[in-house]
Amino acid sequence: MAVLIVNGTREEIDVDPSTPLLWVLREKLALTGTKFGCGIAQCGACTVHVAGSPIRSCNTPVSAVEGQEITTIEGLAPSSEELHPLQTAWIEHQVPQCGYCQSGQLMSAAALLASNPNPDDAAIDSAMRGNICRCGMYGRIRQAIKTSAAYYEVASTSELADQAQEVSGE
Amino acid sequence: MNKWTRRAFLSTGVIAGTGLVVGISIRPGNRAQGLQDLMAGEGETLIHAYVKIGADNVVTAIIPHSEMGQGIHTSLAQMVADELDADWDLVRAEEAPALDEYANYAVGKGFLLPGAKFPDIIIPSVDGALMQIADVLNVQITGGSGSIRFTGELGSRIAGAATRQLLVQAAAEEWQVPESEIETEKSHLIHRASSRNEPYAAFAAAASTMKPSYTPELKRQDQFKVMGQHVQRFDIPAKVDGTAQFALDVRLPGMLYATVTRSPVFGGTLIGTKDEAARAISGVIDVYELPPMESNDMVGAFTAGESVAVLAEGYWPAIQGLKALEIEWDNGGNETVSSDKIFAQFDADISAAQDRGSDSLVGDADDVFANAANIISADYRVPYLAHTCMEPLNATAEVKDGRCELWIGCQNPLGFRQAVADALGIDAEKVTVHNQFMGGGFGRKARPDYAIQAALVAERAGRPVQLIWSREEDVRQDFYRPAVQSRFRAALDNDGNPIAWENTYVDKHEPIEAPLIPYAIPAQNIGYVASPTHVPFGAWRSVDHSQHGFFTESFIDEVAVAAGKDPYEYRAGLLKNHPRHLAVLEKVATEARWGQPLAEGRGRGISLQDSFGTLVAQVVEVTIVDGDMSVDRVVAVIDAGFAISPDGITAQVESAIIYGLTAALHGEITIENGAVAQSNFHDYEAVRMDTAPKIETHIINSGHAIGGAGEPGTPGIAPALANAVFDATGIRVRNLPLNQFNLRFGVEDAGAVG
Repeated sequence: MAVLIVNGTREEIDVDPSTPLLWVLREKLALTGTKFGCGIAQCGACTVHVAGSPIRSCNTPVSAVEGQEITTIEGLAPSSEELHPLQTAWIEHQVPQCGYCQSGQLMSAAALLASNPNPDDAAIDSAMRGNICRCGMYGRIRQAIKTSAAYYEVASTSELADQAQEVSGE
Repeated sequence: MNKWTRRAFLSTGVIAGTGLVVGISIRPGNRAQGLQDLMAGEGETLIHAYVKIGADNVVTAIIPHSEMGQGIHTSLAQMVADELDADWDLVRAEEAPALDEYANYAVGKGFLLPGAKFPDIIIPSVDGALMQIADVLNVQITGGSGSIRFTGELGSRIAGAATRQLLVQAAAEEWQVPESEIETEKSHLIHRASSRNEPYAAFAAAASTMKPSYTPELKRQDQFKVMGQHVQRFDIPAKVDGTAQFALDVRLPGMLYATVTRSPVFGGTLIGTKDEAARAISGVIDVYELPPMESNDMVGAFTAGESVAVLAEGYWPAIQGLKALEIEWDNGGNETVSSDKIFAQFDADISAAQDRGSDSLVGDADDVFANAANIISADYRVPYLAHTCMEPLNATAEVKDGRCELWIGCQNPLGFRQAVADALGIDAEKVTVHNQFMGGGFGRKARPDYAIQAALVAERAGRPVQLIWSREEDVRQDFYRPAVQSRFRAALDNDGNPIAWENTYVDKHEPIEAPLIPYAIPAQNIGYVASPTHVPFGAWRSVDHSQHGFFTESFIDEVAVAAGKDPYEYRAGLLKNHPRHLAVLEKVATEARWGQPLAEGRGRGISLQDSFGTLVAQVVEVTIVDGDMSVDRVVAVIDAGFAISPDGITAQVESAIIYGLTAALHGEITIENGAVAQSNFHDYEAVRMDTAPKIETHIINSGHAIGGAGEPGTPGIAPALANAVFDATGIRVRNLPLNQFNLRFGVEDAGAVG
């Protein structure tokens, strides 16, 4: 019996511990947003976060992530009423074509922005080169990440302003 | 016959010999009543096969094409909505089911009779004949960059306009006013004199009983309100939050999983399977040997050998089980075939020129070559390519009580329905196809082999089964873009003008015009020889243009260089009789600042491609330092006549360029011992974020007949890139992929490579 914490929910699953996390998510938990693309960690379609870091779920045995916080595309948005800023930017730039790789793209991009809110092109290249898009929407993905980063910047600036206001007591 | 060909269509004789066309295309009569129960939900009225109107005044455009990323559901809805004067905020799209009523014969019509005009009086009979052909062939194909230019232009717009006309007619009868006094705007019918203003929904029921016109008046371009506008795609929100349902995401109660393999050596037959080790794996349920299969449909015809499937409680035990099988194949002698041997065969067959067919014979090229002082010649070749759609092939089937339900992403739902029915030995009407979003298609998902496998496994399992191919199976059991060799000669006069062009290549398929050139060369001899191999082949984004675009646009560059001329100006000088081509070429040169000098180590290349009714010119800029190349920038100009969805066409160009760039830089399926040597993305690589160039797309709305969008951007990237490499290094690349070349040469010691 494996214990997983997926998108904040504790799940007990009867599964061979060597089974890759991808198939547990898709077949046992019906979280089908995470995709199968290659099975050998070459395409990134299966990217999820474990303890906030992006990993390829297709070659990560479920035994390796027991008890850790796992986030999938279904858990990326802060609530069912609002989207993650990257998702908003993805729509604004009309990023997806077939859309099959986009869960993985978004999870890689979200992990990037969480650690580097204002990535330059080299940082985007480095964080995103593990995710293949056969529709070739790399230019739009790059633009959407930058749009989202600008949102982060505005958000963090206004947070700072709020803090400044609190400090000054105004 | 391995493909749907125009020649094959015409040979049916039903419409051969006409030189005319058909301007319209909703089906004669109104079948809405018969389809109402199937197509309309609660509160919805099916006006005719292509349009529903809901009680909430929502207009739903029914789209007889598959969505594989090209945005076709949205674009065709724009075409319906504009002609219908619908309120875009209240427009939805729904993919048509795999029913005979949705055989998209307009696509056939567009391929068969491009550009002609029929007198109205004979349109119903011609349409009837074409529909019969489409029905017989089970054509519900999404391909050939045909959805907008054929279904949209010959179907969706007419459906929208005819619906508007029916609603006006219904309102005029109800209100007892002349039709000419009724206006339509934002899904409302308006009679100003009597201050009447009613939503379309109020007249939907009345309209659905009327017979739609075949020849409604269509809008002029200056009257368009939705066509030509940027609208957001319907399918994108679901594609950013993980809720978009692909075939692989289908979940049925009690569903099992399976995976499958065929003989690695194509054409191999099954001797036997030892499955004890596989059956011992926890979760493995059964192992099935599946029979060979074939389909003779004109769309998607193919043969494939036996396969072995492992049925399990999940994909993971299934694939572990598959790896544990010991399968013995009889390779039938093909195990000695290699890529080297195949290309040696091509070379010999071109030299022998036996039974050489002809694409174009202009002037007396032999005579010109016999007397020419300056002749250049070159051989080009490209390898087999796989499609590698992001979503590996899969299908979910349930076979019960003599019926089959199939959940799949495919490019020809009606054809797949027939193929599955034939494999199960039941009538097509007993098969229901639920077509899902496709995670890429690119031509691969027009072949129903994976659907047949799923149905056969589900039949034996007696439960719903999701059959999933591994990526390795996907790479090794594709219907490949054919490898081709092409041998050129050109003769130049004393001023460097080309006076003869000769080309002999192997393996002719579709479109038939792919090897032709737009350039004014007075003597031309373009032809082909057969050189069959055992490697299965099929349509791959842009089909034969993908090979011939590289060949012809590289060789014309060689000719320009041999003449001592600038490659852009040389092409332009040969396009005086093709002003539309010239305008596209001039625009790309301007936008890319063609004449501006580049730093050392940098190069620029150009190409022009006429395919699927659309023109695309590209300029590529590269930087090559110490043999390492980066593709910096691609400037593209597209003239598809009119861009229905400007951002959609821009996205298609970007996508087509990256798809073609992946092939140009990395794409190579090699045959070793009769089988494919590659297996996954580590050895069949794709362009990634860090190597993707900046792409700038410019649209020309020339007003010519609308052309395709999904494929025309693909062929021109490889030659523009190879020409840029030559510009930077002096190395002429005549074989793809490019990554096999050492670009460390300087200009002074560079010769032709390959």
